[in-house]
Amino acid sequence: MAGLVIEREVLIEAPVEVVWRTITEPDQMSQWFADRVDLVVEAGAQGYMEFGDQGGPVVVEVVDPPARFSFRWNHPRGEEPVAGNSMLVEFTLTPEGDERTRLRVTESGHELLAWPDAEKQRYADEHQEGWADYLDRLASVLSKRQPG
Amino acid sequence: MTAQTDDELWSAIADPSRRRVLDLLVSNSEVSASWLAGRVPFTRQAVSKHLVVLERAGLISRRKQGREVLYQVQAGRLDQATRAMAQLAAQWDRQLAAIKRLAEAAHAEDKKRNHHDR
Repeated sequence: MAGLVIEREVLIEAPVEVVWRTITEPDQMSQWFADRVDLVVEAGAQGYMEFGDQGGPVVVEVVDPPARFSFRWNHPRGEEPVAGNSMLVEFTLTPEGDERTRLRVTESGHELLAWPDAEKQRYADEHQEGWADYLDRLASVLSKRQPG
Repeated sequence: MTAQTDDELWSAIADPSRRRVLDLLVSNSEVSASWLAGRVPFTRQAVSKHLVVLERAGLISRRKQGREVLYQVQAGRLDQATRAMAQLAAQWDRQLAAIKRLAEAAHAEDKKRNHHDR
């Protein structure tokens, strides 16, 4: 995926429909995510999330129950969030049997999404690792090179 | 992730060609643009452009030695970036763990209810 910043996943002992409700129902969202969630889970819907004394607008991108849910955030105040000025958070739910779900979250962003497709493909081929892994690797190479 | 300086940093490391240049700089101490150009599948001109972006993001610095300009990684900046990413990863891990708890509790509740209904 182009511009992949971070990718994390967790295996949950619950069916995919239950996990879907947990990540998309606002009263549930406020328990794991923001302090206050004002959001209709519909493609294109604009909402708001509040974290302590901070908060920001959110725009829902994809709602494909019970498999995929994504939204954009971190865009400059007063601007419409589009690829290029915002971060895309995407949840992917994959059932593993009847009672288990693999939940994956990726956060990606910025101008990368506006790249030409060939470039994106090259990126995907060359760099499967997320930025965190990439930076970890660089840091470890560096520390080996410069002991102490 | 919202700070302007971070934006510069993230876009600097987002480009695959720049990552390749940065990889080379990380595993070699001080090198010139021509040395780098001999080791990547793109032009010397492209290498120079990437070096400018990396330098602007604070990830590398340059030094003149005789007629050559040598580039090297700024370990502090790289470390700062690594920590910022680790924090973001840890934050998502906490959130995923909370989702797991909530979903598993809801599932247990559903099962109990179905059992009673039966």
